[in-house]
Amino acid sequence: MFRIIKREEMAGGTVVLNEIEAPRIAVKARPGQFVILKANEDGERIPLTMAETDPAKGTITVIYMVVGKSTELFSRLQVGDSYQDVIGPLGQPTHIEGGKNVVCVGGGTGVAVLHPIARGMKEAGCRVTSIIGARNKDLLILEDKMRLASHDLHICTDDGSHGRKGFVTEVLRELLEKGGVDQVVAIGPVPMMKFVSLLTKEFGVPTMVSLNPIMIDGTGMCGGCRVTVGGETKFGCVDGPEFDGHKVDFDELILRLQAYTEQEKLSYHVCKCKGEL
Amino acid sequence: MGAANQKSRQAMPEQDPHVRARNFEEVPLGYTPEMAIAEASRCLQCKNPLCVQGCPVGVAIPAFIKHIADGKFDLAIGKIWERNSLPAVCGRVCPQEAQCEGNCILGRKGAAVAIGNLERFAADWERANHACELPSREKATGKKVAVVGSGPSGLTVAGDLILKGHEVTIFEAFHKPGGVLVYGIPEFRLPKEIVASEVSCLQAQGAKIECDVVVGRTETVDELFEQGFDAVYLGVGAGLPRFMNIPGENMVGVLSANEYLTRANLMKAYLFPQVDTPIPHGRNVVVLGAGNVAMDSARTAMRLGAEKVSIVYRRSRDEMPARSAEIHHAEEEGLHFELLSNPVRYLGDEKGRLIGIECVRMELGEPDSSGRRRPVVVPGSEFVIECDLAIVAIGSGANPLLTRSTPDLPLGKSGYIIANPETGKTGKKAVWAGGDIVTGAATVILAMGAGRKAADSIHEYLTWGW
Ligand SMILES: Cc1cc2nc3c(=O)[nH]c(=O)nc-3n(C[C@H](O)[C@H](O)[C@H](O)COP(=O)(O)OP(=O)(O)OC[C@H]3O[C@@H](n4cnc5c(N)ncnc54)[C@H](O)[C@@H]3O)c2cc1C
Ligand SMILES: Cc1cc2nc3c(=O)[nH]c(=O)nc-3n(C[C@H](O)[C@H](O)[C@H](O)COP(=O)(O)OP(=O)(O)OC[C@H]3O[C@@H](n4cnc5c(N)ncnc54)[C@H](O)[C@@H]3O)c2cc1C
Ligand code: SF4
Ligand code: FES
Repeated sequence: MFRIIKREEMAGGTVVLNEIEAPRIAVKARPGQFVILKANEDGERIPLTMAETDPAKGTITVIYMVVGKSTELFSRLQVGDSYQDVIGPLGQPTHIEGGKNVVCVGGGTGVAVLHPIARGMKEAGCRVTSIIGARNKDLLILEDKMRLASHDLHICTDDGSHGRKGFVTEVLRELLEKGGVDQVVAIGPVPMMKFVSLLTKEFGVPTMVSLNPIMIDGTGMCGGCRVTVGGETKFGCVDGPEFDGHKVDFDELILRLQAYTEQEKLSYHVCKCKGEL
Repeated sequence: MGAANQKSRQAMPEQDPHVRARNFEEVPLGYTPEMAIAEASRCLQCKNPLCVQGCPVGVAIPAFIKHIADGKFDLAIGKIWERNSLPAVCGRVCPQEAQCEGNCILGRKGAAVAIGNLERFAADWERANHACELPSREKATGKKVAVVGSGPSGLTVAGDLILKGHEVTIFEAFHKPGGVLVYGIPEFRLPKEIVASEVSCLQAQGAKIECDVVVGRTETVDELFEQGFDAVYLGVGAGLPRFMNIPGENMVGVLSANEYLTRANLMKAYLFPQVDTPIPHGRNVVVLGAGNVAMDSARTAMRLGAEKVSIVYRRSRDEMPARSAEIHHAEEEGLHFELLSNPVRYLGDEKGRLIGIECVRMELGEPDSSGRRRPVVVPGSEFVIECDLAIVAIGSGANPLLTRSTPDLPLGKSGYIIANPETGKTGKKAVWAGGDIVTGAATVILAMGAGRKAADSIHEYLTWGW
């Protein structure tokens, strides 16, 4: 069993942090890798990136947005409760190369995934400029941690309640126009990653995105996580989750992410009626 | 015995095809003791039993059948256990018609003895009555063996080594042990409760099972040695799904059989929304391929409420690789066979959802390297099958996850592990391999056979050295 030893709410309870005992995984995990969690016997297998690991304590930390039935069930677990299954570390670690001028762009819970990567890049000697965004001030997460992990931090909100009013892409465009950017890392909602990639392509700046296709096993045996990259089919769980943003077919990914929308609504509805949640 | 021989083969009682095509309960209901005795009495007790030669693990078939004929069911199961530790599974899923029953002398003129049904009977009888004791363990040797993968191959190795007094830990990537037996083969063909019972027997004998450990990620093979294991057996199966690489394959509505069956079996998605994992419900479902995996996918789709399920296969009925019993069951359940047809592309609507498959008709030409007549395209024969769900069941390959993290393990051309067929020894010291990861997708009993040979070789190594 994988016990929760810390639970925190962020962004007004829409985002939850869990620190979980998983010593084997904590020792092995590298930035960019994810785990698959299952709350109980009948639960779904849900992939989440590790936002933090503590090998000495034997714990990993995940930060997730409550979007449907499974993440809602996760959010009901309290300190002392356990996940039935935590599997990992899965996926390829982020390729971190020192000495570069990097812009890290994060949106929504994507910031949680971005944070260890930004920190890793800074530690490796990169100059890290970060741009993080959310719909409004209350939904913005990890601002302080991102400030520590970056040399320079820009904040945007859609409604201007904090930082600049507008999208992360606007700030990014200004930085690209100034020049000198070697690499961009973009993690967040798929449309955000798509627009960042379109923008950086104009400027010819290499861009890495972290994709979140629907997964089951996370080990390359089901093929459910197929994404088209550069015209080739890749498996998000073993070839990724990070890919060259200029080559990803984002529109296909958006369609594939909607494959179960109707059923997910039903599932959420049924469990609410039963008073399970 | 003369009179008994005249009797015809006892038919297996089965759920009515119309009823069962919509439920997930087991299709064959099993023999009654009377039927089992009657069927067992048909056996000629041949001096030179050909059936045994057809059995990959050499079960003493006439001997166990004799015990059933005499009504000594406990002795019968004991006899089977000497060679086969998963009889409830094998009695249900082995391709008997190509193995023991295919060789049975009675089959020359009439119907072979129903060896599989009798094996299943003996195992089910034992499970219901718990009449036999667990086999006893040898004195502890203090040696530790890690088994990677909990499919039939891994379970067999573990079972044998535990009895020989070694400490065994099985590491399984999924959250439940059993391999294909739990995530691939559906409940209506192999109830999961049977696999669970076999697994708990193993645990009762002292084998440890650690789920949620992906070897190659959570631990590497070398780390297992560092942690004190003296030998490692790799029974990781052939779990890499193959796709046809034709246009439109990544559309919503096109799934690999692995994904479809894992959702249905391991995640119990047929009970959705009582369980949390969803599964697509097609109205018109097309399954590509004609092996056991294809039959299982097609029959699952039927049970999930499809109006029409078609099996698209590029050769003819005679070449279909599935067990004959499953093809027969599929036909009875009303599956539609679109033979001598090959898909060329998927068709979708403006939202990227599948609406059909374009196929071409095929003809059988000269035999190819597999000895089967090679299908060739009939020019200008394009046609469209309308469908909203397509399941690709055209085979699987070697998953590179573990082998990539074990660079000094010699591999063959397609990424399968090279292992000595007699011992299971690989090119890496103290590492054995067997089952589908060595042979490519094969059968439960062959995976078990490989496990048994490897267990003997591992025991030898732990006693005498490499
Ligand atoms: C490698 C990877 C890392 C991820 N890391 C994070 C993270 O750090 N924080 C975070 O908040 N989210 C992360 N996600 C997304 C997260 O897995 C989904 O939000 C979650 O599965 C939703 O489940 P649900 O039942 O609550 O919602 P549902 O109502 O089932 O689904 C809501 C949406 O989530 C997506 N989804 C559903 N099931 C899955 C599945 N099995 N796998 C992937 N996506 C699915 C679909 O787009 C769906 O429309 C990650 C996804 C992947 C693949
Ligand atoms: C749908 C379907 C129907 C079938 N029907 C029949 C039938 O009727 N009769 C028959 O004889 N055969 C049938 N087969 C074939 C048969 O199931 C296989 O040949 C057999 O299961 C192979 O056994 P195995 O032990 O080699 O591997 P598997 O059963 O594949 O088990 C391998 C196990 O290893 C685990 N694993 C993989 N990688 C790792 C890793 N890195 N770390 C830890 N664990 C790992 C997997 O999760 C899995 O549990 C069928 C197969 C399928 C898919
Ligand atoms: S070949 Fe047939 S008749 Fe002869 S011993 Fe085997 S099962 Fe009995
Ligand atoms: S999640 Fe199954 S192959 Fe990637």
